[in-house]
Amino acid sequence: MIKDFAGKFLANFGLARVIILAFFIFLCIMAVVFQLDIAELLTSSLVRIGMWGVLVLAMLPAIKSGIGPNFGVSLGILCGLVGALTALEMAYRLGDSVQFGGGTLFIIAILISLPFAILTGIAYGWLLNRVKGSEMMIATYVGFSMVSIMKIAWLFLPYTSPEMAWPIGRGVRVQISLAGRGITRLLNNFLSFNIGEVIVPTGLLLFFAFMCFLVWLFMRSKTGVAMHAAGDNPRFSEAAGINVNRSRMIGTTLSTILGAIGILVYAQSYGFVQLYEGPMFMPFVAVAAVLIGGASVRKATITHVIVGTALFLGIQVVAIPVANAFTTEWASMGEISRKIIQNGVILYALTQAGGE
Amino acid sequence: MGEPFLLQMKNIGKSYYGTQVLQDINLSLKPGEIHAIVGENGAGKSTLMNILFGMEVIHSTGGYEGEVLVDGKKEEIESPQRAMELGIGMVHQEFMLLPNFTITENIKLNRENLKPSFLSRVFGEKTKLLNFPQMNSDSRKALDKLDIDIEEYVMVAGLPVGYMQLTEIAREIDKTNVKVIVFDEPTAVLAESEADRLLEAMKKIADEGIAILFITHRLDEVLAISDNITVLRDGSLVATKSVDETDVNQIAELMVGRKIEKMVHGEERSFKGETALKTENLVVHMPGEKVNGVDLEVRKGEFFGIGGLAGQGKVGVANGIMGLYPGRGKVWINGKQLELNNPSKSMAQGLAYVSEDRRGVGLLLDSSIELNIVITSLHNQNKFLKNFGIIRLLDNKGIHEHALKMIKDLDIRCTGPGQFVKRLSGGNQQKVCIARALTMEPDILFVSEPTRGIDVGAKRLVLETLVRLNEELEMTIIMTSSELGELRSVCDRIAIVSEGKIAGILRPGDPDKDFGLLMGGKRKRRGA
Repeated sequence: MIKDFAGKFLANFGLARVIILAFFIFLCIMAVVFQLDIAELLTSSLVRIGMWGVLVLAMLPAIKSGIGPNFGVSLGILCGLVGALTALEMAYRLGDSVQFGGGTLFIIAILISLPFAILTGIAYGWLLNRVKGSEMMIATYVGFSMVSIMKIAWLFLPYTSPEMAWPIGRGVRVQISLAGRGITRLLNNFLSFNIGEVIVPTGLLLFFAFMCFLVWLFMRSKTGVAMHAAGDNPRFSEAAGINVNRSRMIGTTLSTILGAIGILVYAQSYGFVQLYEGPMFMPFVAVAAVLIGGASVRKATITHVIVGTALFLGIQVVAIPVANAFTTEWASMGEISRKIIQNGVILYALTQAGGE
Repeated sequence: MGEPFLLQMKNIGKSYYGTQVLQDINLSLKPGEIHAIVGENGAGKSTLMNILFGMEVIHSTGGYEGEVLVDGKKEEIESPQRAMELGIGMVHQEFMLLPNFTITENIKLNRENLKPSFLSRVFGEKTKLLNFPQMNSDSRKALDKLDIDIEEYVMVAGLPVGYMQLTEIAREIDKTNVKVIVFDEPTAVLAESEADRLLEAMKKIADEGIAILFITHRLDEVLAISDNITVLRDGSLVATKSVDETDVNQIAELMVGRKIEKMVHGEERSFKGETALKTENLVVHMPGEKVNGVDLEVRKGEFFGIGGLAGQGKVGVANGIMGLYPGRGKVWINGKQLELNNPSKSMAQGLAYVSEDRRGVGLLLDSSIELNIVITSLHNQNKFLKNFGIIRLLDNKGIHEHALKMIKDLDIRCTGPGQFVKRLSGGNQQKVCIARALTMEPDILFVSEPTRGIDVGAKRLVLETLVRLNEELEMTIIMTSSELGELRSVCDRIAIVSEGKIAGILRPGDPDKDFGLLMGGKRKRRGA
């Protein structure tokens, strides 16, 4: 029975993932051996999972609709950032007449980013329909280019709030603190409780769960099923009367929207909005996470998203203190191991893509 | 008669993974002989040629039985290179030419005439220069032998296909040691005048003492130029005849003949009722299966068959009507004209399709059986959806129940409706495809190659299922198949497609030779 289960597990999970899981377990054991603060590690793991969850979830509609892991989710992230900055600017300009609470501001940020995300998603989906077969490569470079273009835009967009703008010259700062607006850890603290010394960020996890639920619902709708079919077998779908290009556009748009919401969740937990270089490499973390969870470039489920987020971000959290405890000379080991795993797992998944 | 044989193949047999695809083939060639090999698709022609050429596919699957003698000496042909050394050449069905090279360069590729250069004295063979005048004059000689009036320095790209073919032949005869040339369906891509010219060229080559193995399905060509004819069927040699002692009818009969298992309809049925499907000048651009103006009329309740050899366009008919490949012409379904090139419209008019490309077009391999069964009707007919206020979601229970019913009705062997179709056997996958088509509750069901790649027992079950649907539900079924025997066992009428057109419509009971003639490209119209 156990052997059976192990065999199946290995077959379904793939060797690379088993190694990563083993590495994670090894890290956890080391954490115990070095007598690190386990409660502290668990607390920050939970926060990390909630922070990244929605961004990782953004991979799901993209993979399902057949464009593969969305390396260009930075487009969605940028839309989210525009939403965040605009909301903050609004709060500043209307500050005299209306006082926005943190929650309201968070929702406003989401609402503002939505139209941007939808329009961007449609345009981006249109582009990806033109480059079938090399979506991942194109997506990566579209992401890079847009992040770079937005670096210029951040300098010229008319944001004037003193929280955001450089004191001298023009443009917005590299990092914008959310502390003054009551958004910081808004979701994290909602209904938060302690188990022993572990703090559970209930609101954050609930929000992630809620987004998962919405995506799950969508995948059970007619459009969702069509999208799934279009991604699984485009020729079949055409024969079944499904508009494959449209399905792919819907998938891309959904992914972009989730990217926008994801960065807002991320930012409120982190307490800062990161601009300029910030979004550049975020897609790779999300892609790696979903792939570690068991997804391939053509197949993904919500379970993959959740497992992957927990595993990959768990490693990130645990690796750094373990490495530090091991030897101070290896201080950067945590970061290095994260990069090895992240890029290694993406590479692994890409080599598997051609199969079947 | 004392003339020695150039090439002999004795008791050749071959099996792939336990399936015997060739057995006891004997073949002998004399210098200057044109020997035709005819047979249906899958009769074993290509396998035989692969053995002769020492192709990788033969040796990687356990080699062959029997022996090959060249000039009376037993030879192990373990690679194409060895075959060439022995003087066996081949003109391929698809051209093996480099389009951006000149004719000369193509003819001489890898066999270039060389002349010493300044460098070669020091660095040897590799640095010798090409001797273009010599190469050109050699090529000219080869081209002249074939009577081609085209300059040898012309680039191959843009030449008419006929010339490309002749260039390939020129390459083979330029090889000084060539003894045997195999022509694999050389006329398949040629227009009639080009084909005639090719046949002329073949005769000339034979007059030079080179033996020719000629693989084709055009029977008139065979009779026109061959000396001897070997007929293969189902991997066995049926007969080897001298062309003088046979005629086209006999060959056609030998090629097709097989016992036909009558499955259905006790006696022949005739349909006089309403027209279910009518096409007028249907043209479908399906690569490799081009349809070139098909006129058909199928009556309600009929079990109609479409047969013919591979590449002639039989598969294109259903794909065109279902809108999967771009088509032109007029199609009426139950008297109502159909808008082509739109699968949704075709389905809306009561058509359903089981594709010949089961794994490519027919199934979502990584999805469950139940999703595969319902998805088409879910998408096109909004069935299996449940209203939840603002959104409509899948009706799990309904889908599950329907899938269970289909699994029971069609006897799909599986662990349950949730199993992924990837894990099913070919026959059961085919039943899932049929189940999906039935879920659409169609008036007319198109089925293409329903038994391809599934084992014998499952074949029978699939065919019986189709017959049952036809008889019990009075569903009009149009089945396309490469297996003539299969069509003749279940259909009421069979249209044979040749070169993109209907060559003729026959009844299953018509003599074998009629089928053979139609498939062999003899056009004939008769009311049926």
